Amino acid sequence: MAPAVKVYGWAMSPFVARALLCLEEAGVDYELVPMSREAGDHRQPDFLARNPFGQVPVLEDGDLTIFESRAVARHVLRNHKPELLGSGSPESAAMVDVWLEVEAHQHQTPAGTIVMQCILTPFLGCKRDQAAIDENAAKLTKLFDVYEARLSASRYLAGDSLSLADLSHFPLMRYFMDTEYASLVEERPHVKAWWEELKVRPAAKRVTEFMPPNFGFGKTAEK
Amino acid sequence: ETMAPVKVFGPAMSTNVARVLVCLEEVGAEYEVVDIDFKAMEHKSPEHPFGQIPAFQDGDLLLFESRAIARYVLRKYKKNEVDLLREGDLKEAAMVDVWTEVDAHTYNPAISPIVYECLINPLMRGLPTNQTVVDESLEKLKKVLEVYEARLSKHDYLAGDFVSFADLNHFPYTFYFMATPHAALFDSYPHVKAWWERIMARPAVKKLAAQMVPKKP
Repeated sequence: MAPAVKVYGWAMSPFVARALLCLEEAGVDYELVPMSREAGDHRQPDFLARNPFGQVPVLEDGDLTIFESRAVARHVLRNHKPELLGSGSPESAAMVDVWLEVEAHQHQTPAGTIVMQCILTPFLGCKRDQAAIDENAAKLTKLFDVYEARLSASRYLAGDSLSLADLSHFPLMRYFMDTEYASLVEERPHVKAWWEELKVRPAAKRVTEFMPPNFGFGKTAEK
Repeated sequence: ETMAPVKVFGPAMSTNVARVLVCLEEVGAEYEVVDIDFKAMEHKSPEHPFGQIPAFQDGDLLLFESRAIARYVLRKYKKNEVDLLREGDLKEAAMVDVWTEVDAHTYNPAISPIVYECLINPLMRGLPTNQTVVDESLEKLKKVLEVYEARLSKHDYLAGDFVSFADLNHFPYTFYFMATPHAALFDSYPHVKAWWERIMARPAVKKLAAQMVPKKP
């Protein structure tokens, strides 16, 4: 019988991977419906009917259609592993929300910019914007200092239990740690240990299989 | 059981502080606003490592990040009549989360540069308006509003036929957008305009709006 849960998208996207990571952590059976970014599948009417903003991932769960990766993540965990949302108490839920907001609003843009500039620009035939890299590396330096202090005081970002706040960092960091700016993590022992532990989780290893270091561009970068 | 008033640190005029305050008003909570000298970063501490506003205190619990604070407030003071997160219903909760994320990652990045360039920069920072940024943002915002128009043609509110956290999240920046020269843009999207008027008619929203009136030059 086909799984009730479907995810639409290209799995090398850190946003799609965020959804898949939560499904893997929750042990939910799902089908990944592959889409092609190059072919513009996300701009086709059948996909726009699922997400009018034309972005991946989309999750279908029965008659529910959900887009925005963190909304997908919340749904999957609420349904199957609410402890990863800090469901045990209002205080623990609030701490998960706090550090998930930090991931979304303080980590994503600088780390994403560095990944885009350092890994993707060669494949897209663009030149690196070193000024943008430097500006975002400076932001990440300050951010990881905060993480180092936080992770010296608690085992995970939201407290003593693993949560979506930690997991949500994984997909983008998988690529970030392939850049020379990985040193920002390597140089901070608690952040490094936190990353090393995330990386070896079976769910993380599983989604990494879908996330080749070259984003699936392969040999075309040499053109 | 009496609940002591919670504290919100930061001025009500700040969009992210207003985000929290409108939720506190909606749930009828007792709260105290503590205005702080943001420039002095006097509230930066291990519990508030980024020194941002708003910061929040409920007894021993110290929080930051406005959307996280708001969610905590909406859960703590939830009643049958006031349930703005709908976390007891998987489908409704998912729709609230979707449109909350859309506000954060799609609507806000299109509308907030217009607010910064047309209001905040000239009035509060003595900086000129960057018309290129405004024009580019208006084009992005139009595309977003087309999607909102279609959505709000099917439902009275973003998450469905019930008002929610998703709608309230749009309030602060949209309120300030309406004080820019581009407010009439919403006239082209009648369902969006009607939705906005429904939000502005809410007592909680009206109360916050009165505290947020920008000073005209």
